[in-house]
Amino acid sequence: MSKIKRGVSLYSYQNETFQGKMTLEDCIRTSAELGARGIEIIGEQTFWGWPEYGAADADVENWHRLIKQYDCTPVSHDFMLDYKRYKGRIMPFDEQVASVKRDIEFGARLGMKFIRALVSIAPEVLVAAAPHAEEHGIKILIEVHAPLHFDHPWIVRHAEAFEKSGSDALGFLPDMGMFLHAFPPVWKEKFLRIGVPRNIADYIEKAYADRVLSEYVILEVQEMGGTGPAIAMAETLRHNAAFEPKRMLDYMPRIHNIHGKFYQMMEDTNGDCVEPSIPYDEIVKVLQQGGYEGYICSEYEGNRWIEDAEEPDSVEQVRRQQVMLAKLLGEAEVPTIKTSPTASADAEATREAAE
Amino acid sequence: MMDNKMIVEGSLQSEDGGFSFLGRLPYYRGLGLSMIEDIQVTVDGEVQSRESVRFSVRGKTYTLDEMETVYDDRWNFGEKAKIIVLNGGLAAGDHQITFAVRYRVSYLPFVPTTKDTKDLALAA
Repeated sequence: MSKIKRGVSLYSYQNETFQGKMTLEDCIRTSAELGARGIEIIGEQTFWGWPEYGAADADVENWHRLIKQYDCTPVSHDFMLDYKRYKGRIMPFDEQVASVKRDIEFGARLGMKFIRALVSIAPEVLVAAAPHAEEHGIKILIEVHAPLHFDHPWIVRHAEAFEKSGSDALGFLPDMGMFLHAFPPVWKEKFLRIGVPRNIADYIEKAYADRVLSEYVILEVQEMGGTGPAIAMAETLRHNAAFEPKRMLDYMPRIHNIHGKFYQMMEDTNGDCVEPSIPYDEIVKVLQQGGYEGYICSEYEGNRWIEDAEEPDSVEQVRRQQVMLAKLLGEAEVPTIKTSPTASADAEATREAAE
Repeated sequence: MMDNKMIVEGSLQSEDGGFSFLGRLPYYRGLGLSMIEDIQVTVDGEVQSRESVRFSVRGKTYTLDEMETVYDDRWNFGEKAKIIVLNGGLAAGDHQITFAVRYRVSYLPFVPTTKDTKDLALAA
């Protein structure tokens, strides 16, 4: 039995929560039924008001009630730090640090172990906030996300700053999208829908598989007569690459949470599920080799690639990924949803209609 | 993302001196109002002036210029804001509305504009 635990970032259900089709209770209960008991949120997505006018005490109480009721564990509050809040000037350093401190306190108020920093935030800001994080029992994790990766100088600079600080309240949250081993089918289909000629789309998919340098692919697409959407499709190769999961091994002592990014989960007739573009079998092996004992939190990001053609079914996509993860982690039980994922939202709608 | 869900169906109504509809920010989170750079409304092909647009959430109404320095209020995730256009009013019947939002996102190396177009009916 693996020590790696399963969780869900509620980001995954954004298409449903945006429209009010799932409540927070629906999100937490559905994740818990799948055995994914680690709950990660983007604080300001889940809590209206944060950070500009604050989260209501009643909403925070509701959060704790639901976490307890469904036997879940708060994992991470993903914060944003809008350093471009002021038009035409970047937020001053001291104000950025103060802002991170408020997110540390909010994370602690929610019972989180971690808060997630976006990768564009400067290491000096995080180092300055680290003592405050230590006081509140929080670790600040910078999200290592494509196009960045563990060998990129910007990430190396963070790692050096973290080591120099001597604080163990600073770490990394790798997003598995940086290990994009194949061009995602849902990306290709979207580009075909917006007018990329089939031969060009096939070429880009093949060039990605052959690991051709992005700049050569863009030039080749231009020479094939590609314009607009075809160039845009080729340019995705500038921002994505098949980096190797084993690059995480050097950083294991500072890796405390994982974003289980996925674009599409496919299910075969045996119920086996696979992400066609991200090698989760290899990823899980590397994490086990590195002694990882934290959560892998599902992060479904296929919604934006299909919503022009069909309504995303985020819950089904998360279910399939959890089935895959449970199997890779050696769990005997197949994750299953027992309650309608919209039960709480439906009940609310019925109550409102009756009033 | 959520581009095709920006304009709330069936939300067109008359206001004193104009009309309104409900609009959502096409984003996986909300934004402080100072980061909403522009909201452009087009009705039946006619672009409405920036000065004629008002943005209203939870009982508070702002001009677009005022929003640029509002740091204590936000357009929450999925929140239906009332977008008011003081154009003198619309005739009853069907109208094609385009709702475009330009917003400043700290981590993006560009400033996105996202829009949605829908046919909405104004009751007589």
